[in-house]
Amino acid sequence: MTLESLNIAIALPEIFLLTMACLVLVVDVYLPQEKRNFTYVLTQLSLILTLVFILSNQGETRALAFNDLFVQDAMAATLKLFIVIISFGVFVYSREYLQARNIFKGEFYVLGLFSIVGMMLMVSANNLLMLYLGLELLSLCLYALVAFNRDDGNASEAAMKYFVLGAIASGMLLYGMSILYGLSGSLQLSEIAQAVSRAEGAQNIGMIFALVFIVVALAFKLGAVPFHMWMPDVYQGSPTAVTALIGTAPKLAGFAMIMRLMVEALGGLQADWQQMVIVLSVLSLAVGNVIAIAQTNLKRMLAYSTISHVGFILLGILAGTAEGYSSAMFYTISYALMSLGGFGIIMLMARQGFEADNIDDLKGLNQRSPWFAFIMMILMLSMAGVPPTVGFWAKLAVLTAVVDIDLVWMAIIAVFFSIIGIFYYLRVIKVMYFDDAVDTQPLECGRDMQIALSTNGLAILALGLYPAALMSLCVSVFS
Amino acid sequence: MIGLTSYLTLGAILFAISVAGIFLNRKNIVVLLMCIELMLLAANINFVAFSHYLNDSAGQVFVFFILTVAAAEAAIGLAILVTLFRSRRTIDVEELDALKG
Repeated sequence: MTLESLNIAIALPEIFLLTMACLVLVVDVYLPQEKRNFTYVLTQLSLILTLVFILSNQGETRALAFNDLFVQDAMAATLKLFIVIISFGVFVYSREYLQARNIFKGEFYVLGLFSIVGMMLMVSANNLLMLYLGLELLSLCLYALVAFNRDDGNASEAAMKYFVLGAIASGMLLYGMSILYGLSGSLQLSEIAQAVSRAEGAQNIGMIFALVFIVVALAFKLGAVPFHMWMPDVYQGSPTAVTALIGTAPKLAGFAMIMRLMVEALGGLQADWQQMVIVLSVLSLAVGNVIAIAQTNLKRMLAYSTISHVGFILLGILAGTAEGYSSAMFYTISYALMSLGGFGIIMLMARQGFEADNIDDLKGLNQRSPWFAFIMMILMLSMAGVPPTVGFWAKLAVLTAVVDIDLVWMAIIAVFFSIIGIFYYLRVIKVMYFDDAVDTQPLECGRDMQIALSTNGLAILALGLYPAALMSLCVSVFS
Repeated sequence: MIGLTSYLTLGAILFAISVAGIFLNRKNIVVLLMCIELMLLAANINFVAFSHYLNDSAGQVFVFFILTVAAAEAAIGLAILVTLFRSRRTIDVEELDALKG
């Protein structure tokens, strides 16, 4: 084996980001607290350079590296691009929030960078081992980040719940993987796919047994009902900066994981997993949208709204067609952008000693800052799926994919529950525009955050007016 | 010579014990962490048994990685437990109910 056969060059973005994460870790140790901004700048710089590497690395063809453990294809390139952009946004939004709470520490950035490396590895995994290691790198960093504000009891409680349920999911995933390995004799996704297509009789039943464990584990990680219990607590309990990190880019990695495991490796069992995913999807749509109505905490409401959006993403995946996969990818990307903006607004309104995580805290936002009330309105309309925002096109694409495989009743259920869902998004808009402000302090934030948040909101609107660019990108990935 | 089936049965029993332990245990988080470790070990037994049976070393390599990750996971779990105990003065599962709605 030579160094050339490892084909290191195609993993350059990951290698670079990993090196930078280690560098940030070391540099941060020697910085006094008043120079902490340097850690932040270094982190953002490494994300920008990673973005450059990803863009320069985009080959049309599929390439393998590290003895076929690592794959670079169109899906990986696109998802990595958005993972890095969205994480960049999270770091921009969270800087002032962290400073106001005296948790502006290097750990946030180091753990954040490592979790991004984990996501990128998951997206590029071509082997069960890589998939597992990427997932754990991501999850372990997130568990630590949730508990990272040590003096907050609620954060510790949320971290404990997240940790226990996340570890159960990993255990389930490993058990399923071990059976899959035993039946197919390989950890490579492509060889497992061949073994699945050859399997018959008892072996096929064994594969389905393994599939059940894997589907349950993926549902846990994505937060699909009935495995969603951790999501509202974790979203509410963790510092908003960490909630934004959990609620955005990892959804893209989770989507990639479903594509790698269920479509690439277990695509032969599509008829079997389709039924399981239908159940998960219907329950997520129903529970997410209905329970969100009862919430008074904005972060908790967004958690239930995430659950309902996961139902929509699963809807695209269960279609099992190239059209379905591309619509699910379009949905995931646009959802990650919307929720990034949503958490950005919560962090914008928070200040020292005040969390702004209740829906009532948004009262009269229009009087305090008409521009950001407008941005929040776009985000909420997009989550509700109202044209001309990107959320409308995402829902439309997914529903079209489902109707095309003759599951019209699924589409009707999805539309029914998203109509119920519009209620709680509109309530936020009503509170912002028609209620009087209790809290009349003007909103203060840095220029960088204003620009980033405005770009974020306008991007949702622009993608809604011209969805073709992003849509054709997603379609080209699966054609 | 112990057959593959016996190993798989052992793995399945350990897995079932760990899942039962997680759902039945209502008192102590430390026991919860032990059950999680047991769950990973059940998967390890499967991997080693299959690896030997298939004459393929990839499964054993996987086990080494799982062991390492499990160690890191336990470290993080216990660290979270310490911060939780500092703020709440309890490690009772049933008293973790401040977050709800």
